[in-house]
Amino acid sequence: MIVELGHYALILALFVALVQAAAPLTGAAIGNRALMALAGPAAQAQLLCLGIAFAVLMHAYIASDFSVLNVAENSHSAKPLVYKIAGVWGNHEGSMLLWVTVMALYGAAVASFGHTLPERLKARVLGVQGLLGVGIITFILFTSNPFQRLSPAPLEGHGLNPLLQDPGLAVHPPMLYMGYVGFSLTFSFAIAALIEGRVDPAWARWVRPWALAAWSFLTAGIALGSWWAYYDLGWGGWWFWDPVENASFMPWLAGTALIHSALVVEKRDALKRWTILLAIITFGLSLIGTFLVRSGVLTSVHAFAVDPARGLFILVLLLLVIGGGLLLYALRAANLEPGGLFQPISREGGLVLNNLLLATATATVFIGTLYPLFLDAVGGGTVSVGPPYFDSTFVPLMVPLLIAVSVGPLLPWKRGDVLGALARLKWVAAASLVAALVTWYAERGGPVMAVGGMAVACWLILGAFVSIGERIRLFGEWRGALNRARHLPRASWGMAIAHAGLGVAIIGMMGALWRVEDIRAVKSGEQFAVGPYQVRFDGTAEVPGPNYTAQEGRFTVTRGGTVFAMTPSKRRFTDPPQVVANTAIHTTGLSDLYLVLGDEDPQDGAWAVRAYYNPLIPLIWGGAGIMMLGGLCSLSDRRLRVGVPLKRPDLVSATAKG
Amino acid sequence: MTRKKKRLVMVLGAMAALGIGAGLVGYALRENIALFKSPTEIAQEKIPEGRRFRIGGLVEDHSVVRGPDGVTVSFRVTDGVASVPVSYRGILPDLFREGQGVVAMGALDGSGTFKASEILAKHDERYMPPEVVKALKASGKWQEGASK
Repeated sequence: MIVELGHYALILALFVALVQAAAPLTGAAIGNRALMALAGPAAQAQLLCLGIAFAVLMHAYIASDFSVLNVAENSHSAKPLVYKIAGVWGNHEGSMLLWVTVMALYGAAVASFGHTLPERLKARVLGVQGLLGVGIITFILFTSNPFQRLSPAPLEGHGLNPLLQDPGLAVHPPMLYMGYVGFSLTFSFAIAALIEGRVDPAWARWVRPWALAAWSFLTAGIALGSWWAYYDLGWGGWWFWDPVENASFMPWLAGTALIHSALVVEKRDALKRWTILLAIITFGLSLIGTFLVRSGVLTSVHAFAVDPARGLFILVLLLLVIGGGLLLYALRAANLEPGGLFQPISREGGLVLNNLLLATATATVFIGTLYPLFLDAVGGGTVSVGPPYFDSTFVPLMVPLLIAVSVGPLLPWKRGDVLGALARLKWVAAASLVAALVTWYAERGGPVMAVGGMAVACWLILGAFVSIGERIRLFGEWRGALNRARHLPRASWGMAIAHAGLGVAIIGMMGALWRVEDIRAVKSGEQFAVGPYQVRFDGTAEVPGPNYTAQEGRFTVTRGGTVFAMTPSKRRFTDPPQVVANTAIHTTGLSDLYLVLGDEDPQDGAWAVRAYYNPLIPLIWGGAGIMMLGGLCSLSDRRLRVGVPLKRPDLVSATAKG
Repeated sequence: MTRKKKRLVMVLGAMAALGIGAGLVGYALRENIALFKSPTEIAQEKIPEGRRFRIGGLVEDHSVVRGPDGVTVSFRVTDGVASVPVSYRGILPDLFREGQGVVAMGALDGSGTFKASEILAKHDERYMPPEVVKALKASGKWQEGASK
């Protein structure tokens, strides 16, 4: 009965979404305020309906109601509670329901907090958001209904893929979706602006917080996914250029470009058409990502099951959303008034360079990801495009971008002076050179990329410091600097923090190049060295878990005077019957020792063990975390906060300087 | 600077960026893609030694042999018609099993053995890599539902 209630709520959500789409868009077109006013309550009602549907599905999982097909196929009564809850989105149907619920959450947030939005714009934004809701809910209801009943109900479910029974499942998908779906709002804002035929700095000020929030969540979601892959897959790597990783990385790249170009619209009323186009493309890439991951066209951990009907449906949806968006853009973009002028060498010029390089990089990733599908579709054979492709296309494009990152913020708006900016960065350049030399000296014969990478990382981190230092005149009259720092807009802090976080992440990525790998078969009592660690194998033991039995390898590790134990294991699950290796990682915060237990040789009882010493690798996720904090810090800027008067005397003086 | 000039600079910049991007992509796609070959295709074609590509098929029954160092494993990958010897040094995926689907990335050595640098098995009991399905269909050994 409860399950039918959830199904009913989902159907109701579809009708509410239809109202949310039709009424405000019509109202805005004919100038009917009553119809426009329906948008807000409809968006809230849609969230309520989807929230109920989602809660019902979660209840079915917690109660192990195997009369629901989705629960029977993906859950098991012996599963720990956290995986019963997280298991809701550990399958195709549930994850799509999460997707659309998050989208409704964003819509309701605009409805609730967008008091300062002009009536007509708000109606149109929510209307477009409603249209998207109609598309996705229809998709769920007709091809992936999570509430489908199963009769007769089995006594026990199939269980969740043991690979997914990991705390990562509880956080990675919701974070990622908060990011992906957040860009649906920037899309709706862009479409609404095209219908209105008007883009101005105020529009950018309304859009940017949502873009920043989506970007911050997406950053966290991707970082969590990479971390999960790192400790779960047992390959010791953190990024594999796997198509599903690229699927989340492309909207991130486009979204990064978007938050930068929206800044130009906000401050200088320029780059308007480009920003609109980017908003459409970013959400388009989010949808393409969903299509790639969910349609089963790729070999990946994320492809749950192959169902051509779903793939076709998403493809049609994709064509409607992206095609419709681009068509509207083609028809209406020319009507947008051109904006402010600027010299090529200026803050705007720097941001244009940022956008050009990010857009090109997105395109190279896009081609590398879709080329195999394209070739297969035209009968050109099955190929795979792997890391070497991305290393030789993506990396060269990033180098100039990373160098520009520290210069851009030092250029004034409208007209700048590169030499002047570089002069202010001379100490940073010197320090970066020292970093390169030290790296080169420490690792002679080591990877060439690491030498450059360390210099770039140093350039980014110190460059971010200088950008703040210049703003608060730390290097001139340092006495009042603290006071000025307090009044510096949060957006400036956010930018510096995010850029420095990027530098920190790059140090981590370079560290991965110094990885020490060791694969060997060891018998109990044998000892071997991995990097600075001495590792002794003390045999294995069987340890029971909640719904598995673990074969645990016992290792004693020494480094200098410290001794600690590590226990990588193999978990044998019964439902479904599957063995999953569980790596053991000892981290110092600056380096990881990483152990994976392989198979036992039945003849001599030796165990295969793979060990990695990964210097600096934790900084990758630390850096991503800092970047996310930068995004959130920028988001908390009061100039972006809804309902705050735009001008305050002390802020005017602070911004006038920038 | 006039609007016209500004637009010219922007267009030139965009063309330069896209041109460089296109150049990099063209170069990388020629050098860095890996073809997929089924065991039958490997038997028929002369694939140069050292060229990296992917193979896929089923792990032949009773073919898995562990080397003397305890971490090198050799086995044969078959599509039911032809089979190819594969050797791999490392830890095999947890779902690697005789009679199951497998995809390997690597290159042939002088003796015709495929030296794998990466082994991908399926990650889920119910899932079969599309490449393996394709190879089996091509050799006529595919049975609908047999993967379960």
